[in-house]
Amino acid sequence: MTADVRLLAGPFDAAAEIDRFVAANSDAGGVASFIGRVRPGGGVEALELSHYEPLTLAGMQALADEVENRWQVTGLAMVHRTGVMLPGEAIVLVAATAHHRREAIESVDFAMDHLKGDSWFWKREKRAGEWHWIEPRERDFSDLARWQQ
Amino acid sequence: MSLKLVFLGRLADAAGAAEREVTTVPSIAALIAGLEPELSTALAGPRVKIAVNGKIVGDRAVFTLRDGDEVAFLPPVSGG
Repeated sequence: MTADVRLLAGPFDAAAEIDRFVAANSDAGGVASFIGRVRPGGGVEALELSHYEPLTLAGMQALADEVENRWQVTGLAMVHRTGVMLPGEAIVLVAATAHHRREAIESVDFAMDHLKGDSWFWKREKRAGEWHWIEPRERDFSDLARWQQ
Repeated sequence: MSLKLVFLGRLADAAGAAEREVTTVPSIAALIAGLEPELSTALAGPRVKIAVNGKIVGDRAVFTLRDGDEVAFLPPVSGG
Protein backbone atom coordinates (compact mmCIF):
# COMPACT_ATOMS: atom_id res chain seq x y z
CA MET A 1 0.00 0.00 0.00
CA THR A 2 1.28 3.44 -0.90
CA ALA A 3 0.01 6.26 1.26
CA ASP A 4 -0.93 9.52 -0.47
CA VAL A 5 0.82 12.13 1.70
CA ARG A 6 0.94 15.73 0.52
CA LEU A 7 1.57 19.29 1.68
CA LEU A 8 -0.32 21.89 -0.34
CA ALA A 9 0.42 25.62 -0.48
CA GLY A 10 -2.96 26.53 -2.01
CA PRO A 11 -6.67 25.73 -1.48
CA PHE A 12 -7.93 22.23 -2.23
CA ASP A 13 -11.33 20.60 -2.71
CA ALA A 14 -11.50 18.11 0.16
CA ALA A 15 -14.72 16.45 -1.04
CA ALA A 16 -13.20 15.87 -4.50
CA GLU A 17 -10.09 14.43 -2.85
CA ILE A 18 -12.25 11.95 -0.93
CA ASP A 19 -14.11 10.94 -4.11
CA ARG A 20 -10.81 10.32 -5.86
CA PHE A 21 -9.44 8.39 -2.88
CA VAL A 22 -12.53 6.18 -2.67
CA ALA A 23 -12.41 5.48 -6.41
CA ALA A 24 -8.72 4.55 -6.18
CA ASN A 25 -9.40 2.13 -3.28
CA SER A 26 -12.58 0.49 -4.53
CA ASP A 27 -11.77 -2.92 -3.05
CA ALA A 28 -12.23 -1.88 0.58
CA GLY A 29 -15.44 -2.36 2.55
CA GLY A 30 -14.84 0.50 4.95
CA VAL A 31 -13.94 4.14 4.31
CA ALA A 32 -13.43 6.72 7.05
CA SER A 33 -12.47 10.34 6.50
CA PHE A 34 -12.03 13.57 8.39
CA ILE A 35 -11.86 17.11 7.05
CA GLY A 36 -10.58 19.88 9.30
CA ARG A 37 -11.52 23.42 8.28
CA VAL A 38 -10.85 26.92 9.53
CA ARG A 39 -13.68 27.45 11.99
CA PRO A 40 -16.12 30.07 10.71
CA GLY A 41 -17.18 32.73 13.22
CA GLY A 42 -15.49 33.44 16.54
CA GLY A 43 -13.75 36.48 15.11
CA VAL A 44 -10.96 34.62 13.32
CA GLU A 45 -10.28 36.36 10.01
CA ALA A 46 -7.52 34.05 8.78
CA LEU A 47 -5.31 31.18 9.88
CA GLU A 48 -1.71 30.77 8.81
CA LEU A 49 0.21 27.51 9.04
CA SER A 50 3.96 27.56 8.68
CA HIS A 51 6.10 24.48 8.33
CA TYR A 52 9.77 23.52 7.97
CA GLU A 53 10.36 21.86 4.65
CA PRO A 54 13.05 19.32 5.71
CA LEU A 55 10.99 17.98 8.62
CA THR A 56 7.28 18.45 8.05
CA LEU A 57 6.59 16.20 5.05
CA ALA A 58 9.07 13.56 6.25
CA GLY A 59 7.28 13.55 9.61
CA MET A 60 3.91 13.05 7.90
CA GLN A 61 5.34 10.14 5.91
CA ALA A 62 6.68 8.56 9.10
CA LEU A 63 3.21 8.98 10.63
CA ALA A 64 1.67 7.21 7.62
CA ASP A 65 4.15 4.35 8.12
CA GLU A 66 3.12 4.10 11.76
CA VAL A 67 -0.56 3.95 10.79
CA GLU A 68 0.22 1.11 8.39
CA ASN A 69 2.11 -0.74 11.12
CA ARG A 70 -0.72 -0.44 13.63
CA TRP A 71 -3.79 -1.06 11.49
CA GLN A 72 -4.70 -3.17 8.51
CA VAL A 73 -5.54 -0.25 6.25
CA THR A 74 -5.71 -0.83 2.52
CA GLY A 75 -5.44 2.84 1.59
CA LEU A 76 -4.42 6.03 3.37
CA ALA A 77 -4.49 9.69 2.35
CA MET A 78 -3.14 12.64 4.34
CA VAL A 79 -3.37 16.05 2.73
CA HIS A 80 -2.37 19.14 4.72
CA ARG A 81 -2.43 22.83 3.83
CA THR A 82 0.23 25.39 4.61
CA GLY A 83 0.05 29.16 4.19
CA VAL A 84 -2.85 31.53 4.80
CA MET A 85 -6.39 30.10 4.92
CA LEU A 86 -9.76 31.80 5.28
CA PRO A 87 -12.72 30.64 7.43
CA GLY A 88 -14.39 27.59 5.89
CA GLU A 89 -11.32 26.54 3.92
CA ALA A 90 -10.01 23.02 4.37
CA ILE A 91 -6.84 22.68 6.47
CA VAL A 92 -6.45 18.95 6.51
CA LEU A 93 -7.95 15.79 5.07
CA VAL A 94 -7.26 12.29 6.37
CA ALA A 95 -8.95 9.25 4.83
CA ALA A 96 -8.41 5.54 5.26
CA THR A 97 -9.86 2.41 3.71
CA ALA A 98 -9.91 -0.99 5.37
CA HIS A 99 -11.79 -4.25 5.29
CA HIS A 100 -13.34 -3.48 8.68
CA ARG A 101 -14.73 -0.22 9.98
CA ARG A 102 -12.80 0.01 13.23
CA GLU A 103 -9.46 -0.14 11.44
CA ALA A 104 -10.51 2.71 9.17
CA ILE A 105 -12.03 4.89 11.92
CA GLU A 106 -9.23 4.40 14.46
CA SER A 107 -6.45 5.00 11.95
CA VAL A 108 -7.99 8.33 10.93
CA ASP A 109 -8.43 9.31 14.60
CA PHE A 110 -4.80 8.38 15.35
CA ALA A 111 -3.47 10.26 12.33
CA MET A 112 -5.46 13.39 13.22
CA ASP A 113 -4.28 13.41 16.86
CA HIS A 114 -0.69 13.18 15.67
CA LEU A 115 -1.05 15.72 12.87
CA LYS A 116 -2.45 18.20 15.38
CA GLY A 117 -0.31 17.51 18.41
CA ASP A 118 2.91 16.01 17.11
CA SER A 119 3.69 17.33 13.63
CA TRP A 120 5.87 20.23 12.53
CA PHE A 121 3.28 22.95 12.00
CA TRP A 122 3.05 26.33 13.65
CA LYS A 123 -0.23 28.22 13.57
CA ARG A 124 -1.24 31.77 14.04
CA GLU A 125 -4.62 33.35 13.63
CA LYS A 126 -5.66 36.83 12.71
CA ARG A 127 -8.20 38.51 14.94
CA ALA A 128 -9.16 42.20 14.63
CA GLY A 129 -6.36 42.65 12.10
CA GLU A 130 -3.62 41.26 14.37
CA TRP A 131 -1.81 37.95 14.21
CA HIS A 132 -1.62 35.77 17.34
CA TRP A 133 0.43 32.58 17.66
CA ILE A 134 -1.48 29.52 18.86
CA GLU A 135 0.12 27.65 21.75
CA PRO A 136 -0.25 23.93 22.46
CA ARG A 137 -3.20 23.08 24.69
CA GLU A 138 -3.43 20.45 27.42
CA ARG A 139 -6.05 18.71 25.30
CA ASP A 140 -3.48 18.09 22.54
CA PHE A 141 -1.25 16.20 24.97
CA SER A 142 -4.11 14.13 26.41
CA ASP A 143 -5.30 13.31 22.86
CA LEU A 144 -1.83 11.92 22.09
CA ALA A 145 -1.55 10.06 25.40
CA ARG A 146 -4.63 8.01 24.51
CA TRP A 147 -2.53 6.07 21.98
CA GLN A 148 0.38 5.29 24.27
CA GLN A 149 -1.43 2.75 26.44
CA MET B 1 32.11 31.05 6.28
CA SER B 2 28.70 31.02 7.85
CA LEU B 3 25.77 29.17 9.35
CA LYS B 4 22.20 29.65 8.17
CA LEU B 5 19.74 30.03 11.02
CA VAL B 6 16.02 29.32 10.56
CA PHE B 7 13.45 30.50 13.11
CA LEU B 8 10.05 28.81 13.14
CA GLY B 9 6.75 29.97 14.60
CA ARG B 10 6.91 32.74 17.18
CA LEU B 11 10.70 32.54 17.21
CA ALA B 12 10.66 34.31 13.83
CA ASP B 13 9.07 37.28 15.60
CA ALA B 14 11.69 37.15 18.38
CA ALA B 15 14.47 37.08 15.75
CA GLY B 16 12.88 39.77 13.57
CA ALA B 17 13.14 37.50 10.51
CA ALA B 18 12.58 33.88 9.55
CA GLU B 19 16.22 33.40 8.56
CA ARG B 20 19.63 34.93 9.13
CA GLU B 21 23.28 34.17 8.46
CA VAL B 22 25.90 34.22 11.20
CA THR B 23 29.62 33.52 11.29
CA THR B 24 30.35 29.88 11.98
CA VAL B 25 30.95 28.90 15.60
CA PRO B 26 31.75 25.37 16.74
CA SER B 27 28.95 24.69 19.23
CA ILE B 28 25.23 25.31 19.64
CA ALA B 29 25.89 26.91 23.03
CA ALA B 30 28.29 29.42 21.44
CA LEU B 31 25.82 30.08 18.65
CA ILE B 32 22.97 30.86 21.07
CA ALA B 33 25.23 32.90 23.36
CA GLY B 34 26.32 35.05 20.42
CA LEU B 35 22.80 36.26 19.62
CA GLU B 36 21.07 39.25 21.19
CA PRO B 37 20.07 38.50 24.81
CA GLU B 38 16.28 38.32 24.37
CA LEU B 39 16.54 35.99 21.40
CA SER B 40 19.19 33.96 23.18
CA THR B 41 16.82 33.45 26.13
CA ALA B 42 13.96 32.49 23.82
CA LEU B 43 16.11 29.84 22.11
CA ALA B 44 17.80 28.35 25.15
CA GLY B 45 14.75 26.71 26.74
CA PRO B 46 14.36 22.93 26.69
CA ARG B 47 11.05 23.23 24.85
CA VAL B 48 12.81 24.62 21.77
CA LYS B 49 14.07 21.77 19.60
CA ILE B 50 17.00 22.21 17.25
CA ALA B 51 17.49 20.62 13.85
CA VAL B 52 20.77 20.76 11.93
CA ASN B 53 20.50 20.11 8.20
CA GLY B 54 17.00 18.73 8.64
CA LYS B 55 17.77 16.29 11.47
CA ILE B 56 16.75 16.83 15.10
CA VAL B 57 19.76 17.21 17.37
CA GLY B 58 19.68 14.76 20.28
CA ASP B 59 22.29 16.11 22.68
CA ARG B 60 23.00 19.72 21.79
CA ALA B 61 25.84 19.93 24.32
CA VAL B 62 28.08 17.61 22.27
CA PHE B 63 27.00 18.58 18.75
CA THR B 64 29.68 20.13 16.51
CA LEU B 65 28.60 22.72 13.92
CA ARG B 66 30.32 23.02 10.54
CA ASP B 67 30.50 25.71 7.87
CA GLY B 68 27.35 25.84 5.79
CA ASP B 69 25.14 24.04 8.33
CA GLU B 70 21.47 25.02 8.47
CA VAL B 71 20.39 25.33 12.09
CA ALA B 72 16.62 25.45 12.67
CA PHE B 73 15.01 26.47 15.97
CA LEU B 74 11.64 24.76 16.47
CA PRO B 75 9.30 25.94 19.22
CA PRO B 76 6.53 23.62 20.46
CA VAL B 77 4.04 22.88 17.69
CA SER B 78 0.68 24.57 17.94
CA GLY B 79 -1.81 21.73 18.19
CA GLY B 80 -5.36 23.01 18.59
